[in-house]
Amino acid sequence: MAEAQSKARPKPRAEGALLDIRNLRIEATVYPPGEKPRDVVLVDDVSLKLERGKVLGLIGESGAGKSTIGLSSMGFGRGGVRLTGGEILLNGRDLRKTGAGGLRRMRGREVCYVAQSAAAAFNPAHKLMDQVVEAALEHRVLSRAAAEKRAIELFRKLSLPNPETIGERYPHQVSGGQLQRVMTAMALCSEPDLIVFDEPTTALDVTTQIDVLAAIKEAIRDTHVAALYITHDLAVVAQVSDEIMVLRHGKLVEWGGTHQIIKEPRQAYTNALVSVHQIEHQEHAPGVTPVLSVKNVTASYGGGTVKVLKNVSVDVFPGQTLAVVGESGSGKSTLARAITGLLPPLEGSITFDGRTLGNKLADRSRDDLRELQMIYQMADVAMNPRQTVGTIIGRPLEFYFKMHGRERDQRVAELLEKIEMGKGYADRYPAELSGGQKQRVCIARALAAKPKLIICDEVTSALDPLVAHGILELLLGLQAEEDVAYLFITHDLATVKSIADSIAVMYRGEVVRYGSKSTVLTPPFDDYTDLLLRSVPEMEIGWLEKAIQGRKMAGAGN
Amino acid sequence: MSIARIPIGALIGLVLTAMFLIMAIFAPWIAPFGNGEIVGEVWAPMSSAHWLGTDNIGRDLLTRIIYGARTTIFIAVLATALSFTLGAVLGFTAAVVGGWFDTIMSRFVDLLMSIPTLIFGLVVLSVLPSTMLTLILVMGILDSTRVYRLSRAVAVDINVMDFVEAARLRGEGTGWVIFREILPNALSPLISELGLRFIYAVLFLSALSFLGLGVQPPNADWGGMVKENKDGIVFGIGAALIPAAAIAALAISVNLVADWVLNRTTSLKGGRG
Amino acid sequence: MGGATVAKLIAQRIALGVLLLLAVSVLIFAGTQILPGDVAQSILGQAATPQALENLRRELGLNDPAYIRYFRWLFGILQGDLGTALSNKRDIATALSGRLANTLFLAACAAVVSVPLAILLGLLAVRYRNGIIDKAISGFALASTSLPEFFIGYLLILVFAVKLQWFPASSTVYDSMSFLQRLQAVVLPATALTLVVLAHMMRMTRAAVLNVMQSAYIETAELKGLSPLKIIRRHAFPNAIAPIINVVMLNLAFLVVGVVVVEVIFVYPGMGQYLVDHVSKRDVPVVQAVGLIFAAVYITLNMVADIAALLANPRLRHPK
Repeated sequence: MAEAQSKARPKPRAEGALLDIRNLRIEATVYPPGEKPRDVVLVDDVSLKLERGKVLGLIGESGAGKSTIGLSSMGFGRGGVRLTGGEILLNGRDLRKTGAGGLRRMRGREVCYVAQSAAAAFNPAHKLMDQVVEAALEHRVLSRAAAEKRAIELFRKLSLPNPETIGERYPHQVSGGQLQRVMTAMALCSEPDLIVFDEPTTALDVTTQIDVLAAIKEAIRDTHVAALYITHDLAVVAQVSDEIMVLRHGKLVEWGGTHQIIKEPRQAYTNALVSVHQIEHQEHAPGVTPVLSVKNVTASYGGGTVKVLKNVSVDVFPGQTLAVVGESGSGKSTLARAITGLLPPLEGSITFDGRTLGNKLADRSRDDLRELQMIYQMADVAMNPRQTVGTIIGRPLEFYFKMHGRERDQRVAELLEKIEMGKGYADRYPAELSGGQKQRVCIARALAAKPKLIICDEVTSALDPLVAHGILELLLGLQAEEDVAYLFITHDLATVKSIADSIAVMYRGEVVRYGSKSTVLTPPFDDYTDLLLRSVPEMEIGWLEKAIQGRKMAGAGN
Repeated sequence: MSIARIPIGALIGLVLTAMFLIMAIFAPWIAPFGNGEIVGEVWAPMSSAHWLGTDNIGRDLLTRIIYGARTTIFIAVLATALSFTLGAVLGFTAAVVGGWFDTIMSRFVDLLMSIPTLIFGLVVLSVLPSTMLTLILVMGILDSTRVYRLSRAVAVDINVMDFVEAARLRGEGTGWVIFREILPNALSPLISELGLRFIYAVLFLSALSFLGLGVQPPNADWGGMVKENKDGIVFGIGAALIPAAAIAALAISVNLVADWVLNRTTSLKGGRG
Repeated sequence: MGGATVAKLIAQRIALGVLLLLAVSVLIFAGTQILPGDVAQSILGQAATPQALENLRRELGLNDPAYIRYFRWLFGILQGDLGTALSNKRDIATALSGRLANTLFLAACAAVVSVPLAILLGLLAVRYRNGIIDKAISGFALASTSLPEFFIGYLLILVFAVKLQWFPASSTVYDSMSFLQRLQAVVLPATALTLVVLAHMMRMTRAAVLNVMQSAYIETAELKGLSPLKIIRRHAFPNAIAPIINVVMLNLAFLVVGVVVVEVIFVYPGMGQYLVDHVSKRDVPVVQAVGLIFAAVYITLNMVADIAALLANPRLRHPK
């Protein structure tokens, strides 16, 4: 390979740090409908330094500017984003002063990029191999034969199946977890000095994430490439980074060694991020009569032969929480649809508060509907954008309790108090609320019906960790006050530990483990629960290696 | 929303559209001469007495244009109203009810749309009597296929959203779902489409009249006026271009307004405005 | 590879096209049967005696049920017999053959100019997005979708035929004309047609290419350090080709219909003018035949558009 290397254009190699960003300022122009365009500052006065072969984790909630900073290290602003101030020194030269040709020679040669969604980042019209070696050929780093040989080695290193032939496939023929690894191979192929990983595992299931994470970590270690690792998940970044930088609203909060950040955070905000998962929730013993009892339910879509639910039986007790845990395709959301009557089951029965529920929505009484409420994952689309908060919360009051006028407004105000928002919000539209506030309004709408059971479908998954934490605490508080039961559907085991009294683990349409929280989470485990538990990232240096070694079965991404 | 916030293009569109409407409504009061009155020489040039000159038999062209606006806009408005009512009601119903009704309606609309509108219009007009009612019915029904497609597509998109599902789970009836959940969110693409359908109706009617198959003499819409005056073109007399330009001006102004409506409220942003 | 799947999908699409054409023939036939009056009445007029009507009906087979007349008509068409015109008793197929060729010649001339021009301008609009060129192009598009064909047509005649006298005002063509003479005759109508479809085609090309250019894989290519030209050639073009072919086919269909009005404006002896003449004369057999031919061309072009999209989709060419 040394021979091939000699043909490459020489890379500048200055003394000192590989990447040295000083007082970076990034702005963009936004075009709000019906208003004058205005400039917003996305990143303000951020400085960072990255040595060769080191990994720096950039962490923050949405809007922190972490991806924007990551792309700035390639001199790139996505969709009209402008780098307006400071210096971006890569290998000693300032990217803000480099022309288009210079940036082109640098991109794909010195810095490569791994996107969050590899499925979208690959061109559907070309074979994977052609895309993987493209940058190496473009910059004449390697000959075609050498580049393909290197790509295959990288495929093997990233433990992709059939490394010799996977390059002959097209992007849509390969699973999401594999594609993410192929993209990592693509970034490594031209032997860059730096790779920007932009949330590379966020879109994956946990049991897939752990394998991709391990593969990325190993590849970084073996190739001695430096990396900027961008994520919102502190536990993930703790596994791969040497140092971590915490960002918020485009500003630097704290920057330090990985150990220091996760064990001895100095800033309150960092501390909040680190301690976010820890809600101590004492489980209740199961009651005598369940409020909801699902018995041997089997269901499929469109009357088809593929059963998405197979013989599922679970109970939920009054005032308690049953968490249903599983990955995508486990059937957990289908279970919610069967219980609400949106998908009539083929077999089995559902008993609610002592009476058997009709299979179809149309067969259920108004009280059945009232006492069984639902909260959705995407609060944005769960509320009519043309209705005010007052109308959204007030409608169930009118519909179920015939409340009108002042009486209704009074009750809406009370409910807004309950969700810690205050009655001033009644005149707002959903578009004028933050993500967390939207979810709170949805909770209030469910509570307005005075339900006995609320189905919560991934209600915290789309939220930033701190906001999600607030929602969980609110739900727990409301449960104590209103004595409402929850059926809590989630893929996130940390959430489960915070809120559940009992747990059902689902895998491919079946309940594979079911019982009180303590029994489900106590060994011995079945293989799948073991895999799932081990796959949840913990804020512990060295967790990844331990987790991979102790597994009984391989993740689904392979 | 203050007038100052309306972009200049849309403002021009609004003013011109309003002008044409006023022209159509108050034609007898505005027009300097009677509609069929022969007042001068054949194809007299523009003068202070006849601002736009005279037509092929010496009628005042401005007067004809003003009365023509009446005919053109009247037929186009009614045809659009028919196509909209028919298309939107059937489209929404198909989206919400689904099942066989949706399948049959949608296949039938596919079939109608697989024949170019002008050709199908000509086929039907070859056997129907040439009256305004026929024109309105033929144009309205043929064009309702487009409205059906759009309203069904918009409603189907909204129908699968969680807030509609939430309303269903609450136990709301079909009426509430269509009028309170779906319609408010479908309004802005539909209003913009209303403008486009109206333009299409104006152009379609003009084309038919130009071909001699639309409004029959002695009545004349703008398309018919083009036909009346087209023989002057070879003598270098541009009288036929004046009604044609009026059609273009009306279409452009409505287009500007429709464009603005669509851009202003992108359907599901929601909230105020 | 997915050859079998694609072949199957294409076969399905063709079968659907044939089915659609059959349904359209029913619709066109039914469309001319709406009125209580019939062909015999049209020929003989209101003053005809019942006996004369009855004789003619028997002669034309009008007393048979509608479906039998439909099948008779359909089988006739399948054998190339389009029937006889009522107005002049001439064989429709003979009268049409020359006119069909004229119409196709005119449409082809317009397509040869408008397709490359529209694609070029569409690409320019994408390249200089939100710039002067883009704004000018979208302004032109707005104007052109609002302009009636006869405005463009008569303006062209007034300027280029009457004032400048570069081209003839009416585009008469006859058999003895040379190719060049024909070409000169169709310059103005072809220009009018081009202007009619150009804006629409350009706008759709712009949207299709823009859609591709905003994909994440274009950003990937950019971040690999590829030059803009290579990005377009290697990454944008293979994905944009299908939507562009689609746009072109849809607009060719649009063009074939636009021909009707343009032919009347320029007094060009094509199918469109023939159709319009016979609609005025209420000559139902001619209208049915010509309507069906127009619909067939339209449906075929739409079908080709769909098939092109199928062929260009890598997910279908290389199934899992």
